[in-house]
Amino acid sequence: MSARAPIAPGLWTDEAEPRLIGARRADGEIVFPVPGGDAAALVEPVALSRKGTLWSWTTQGFEPKEPYSGPQPFQPFLIGYVELPGEVIVETRIVDATAADLVIGMPMEFAVVPFDDARATYAFRPERQP
Amino acid sequence: MSDDVYIIGAGIHPFGRTDGRSGRDQGVYAVREALGDAGIEWRDVEFAYGGSAAAGSADIMVNELGLTGVPFINVANGCATGGSALTAARNAIAAGACDIALAVGFDKHPRGAFNAKPSDYGLPSWYGETGMMLTTQFFALKIQRYMALHGISRRTLGLVAEKAFRNGTLCDHAWRRSPVDLDTILNAPMVNDPLTKYMFCSPAEGAVALVLASGRKVRELGADAVRIASVAFRTRPEGSFEVFAPSISVHGGGKPTQIASKAAFEMAGIGPEDVSVAQLQDTESGAEIMHMAENGFCADGEQEQWLAEGWSEIGGRLPVNTDGGCLACGEPIGASGLRQVYENTVQLRGRGGERQVPNDPKVGYSHVYGAPGLSAVAILER
Repeated sequence: MSARAPIAPGLWTDEAEPRLIGARRADGEIVFPVPGGDAAALVEPVALSRKGTLWSWTTQGFEPKEPYSGPQPFQPFLIGYVELPGEVIVETRIVDATAADLVIGMPMEFAVVPFDDARATYAFRPERQP
Repeated sequence: MSDDVYIIGAGIHPFGRTDGRSGRDQGVYAVREALGDAGIEWRDVEFAYGGSAAAGSADIMVNELGLTGVPFINVANGCATGGSALTAARNAIAAGACDIALAVGFDKHPRGAFNAKPSDYGLPSWYGETGMMLTTQFFALKIQRYMALHGISRRTLGLVAEKAFRNGTLCDHAWRRSPVDLDTILNAPMVNDPLTKYMFCSPAEGAVALVLASGRKVRELGADAVRIASVAFRTRPEGSFEVFAPSISVHGGGKPTQIASKAAFEMAGIGPEDVSVAQLQDTESGAEIMHMAENGFCADGEQEQWLAEGWSEIGGRLPVNTDGGCLACGEPIGASGLRQVYENTVQLRGRGGERQVPNDPKVGYSHVYGAPGLSAVAILER
C-alpha cells in the first residue's frame, strides 16, 4: 500500500485490494466516477470489479497543458479504457506495459499507483498470468 | 415550398495565422466579403447571429459594420457555434421573421492543443490533473478501437492526411498550402498513438460569413443562390462515446453524428447516394474515416478500399474535404463548421477553380462534430 494520498477522495475503496467506486443510476446504468452535486442523490455507489479487458488505448507523448499537474520532468504515459464486464467501461492510466504490449481485449487488473511524490492515482495493468 | 431558405452570399477570411488582426476583425472581413458576394449592403441585413469560442462577442462587429439597429444574437456553443448560428438564421427566415439574415463565425486560438477546464464540462479536477482531459486522446482512443474492429490500416490514416494537404494546395483559404508525402506523415512524431503530428489539425484563426435569404428575396435580387435543403443539430444520445468521458456504457449506444445525419437526410428527402460533395469533420485523419461511415456514406471498414482507390478525392465518386478540411485549414472553432458550408456553396456554384468538383455537383453535405458530443449537419442543393 502506498502512503501517498489519493488524488481525490471517493475514487476507490479503502481496503486491502481496493476497487474503483462507480455509481448505479435508477435505470441500472453504472457510471464512473460518482457524480457530484445534486446528481449524487440519484445514484447508489457501487464497488467495481478489479478485473476487465482492454477496450482501447493510446500513448500520451507530449506534456499536457494545465490543468495537468504531473511530476517534472514530464514522463510519457499510456491511457486507455478498460471494460469491466457487465458494469462500465472506465478511462484509466495504463501501467507496467509499453504500447507494443497492448492488444484490445487483453485481460487487465486494477492498481493504485504513485502519481507524484505526494499523491496516488488509479490505473490498470495487464493481468499477470498465474 | 414557401419556407425555403437560400445562401446568397458567402465570405471567408483566410484560415491560419494572421498576426496583428483580431479574430473579430477577421469576422468583419468575412461579413464584408459575404455582403459583396450577395450584392447587398449591411443595412439590408435584418437579423444576425454569430460567435466565437475564444475571440469575443460577435455583436460588437456593428461598430465596424454600421449601427443599423439590426438584432444581433451572440452564439456561444463551442464547436457548434457556426452550425448554431446557421440553424438560427435559417429558422428566422423560415419562420417569416425576416428575408435576409447573416450567420458569422470567427476565432483566434493560441498555438498548441486546446486545454479545457474540467469544471466547464462538469468534470472533477482530478480528471484534468492526471492528464486525461485532452481532445487528442479521445480521437486516438476512438480510432484505435475502430481500426482493430474494422480493419483500418495506419497507411489509410496517412492517405487521409496526404489528400487533405494535396487539396489544401489548391485552396486559397487553406492554411497548409504545401503537399506532405505519405512517408513523412506516417513517420512523423506520434502525438497519441496511432495518430502522428501530420494527422491532427491545429487550432488556428479564421472567419466565415454567410448571407441567407428567403425565396422571395432571391427572386427579387436575381441572386446566385444555393438552397439549404436541411440543417440538423443534435447533442449526444444515451450510451454514446464522446470526448471527455471518464466512463462509457457497456451497453453501447447511438452517436450524435448518426442522429444528426439521419435527421438531415430525412428533412431533405434524399439519401447518402444523392450527395455529390461532402465536408466531414476531420479533426484528425481517423475522424474523417469514422465520419464517412457515421454519416452513412459507407459501411464500417469500407474506408480502407475508399482511400486505396481514391474514391474520396476531388474527381472521385464522393469528394470529401475538397478544401483540405480541418487538416489543411486548421480549426478556429467558431468558424470551422461554417467553412464547410462555405466550401459546399463554392462547389455548388461551380466556383472552385482548381479544386472544383467536376460534373456540376448538385448536393453538398457538411458535418461538424465537437465537444462534449454534438454534431451539426447541413445539406445544400443547387
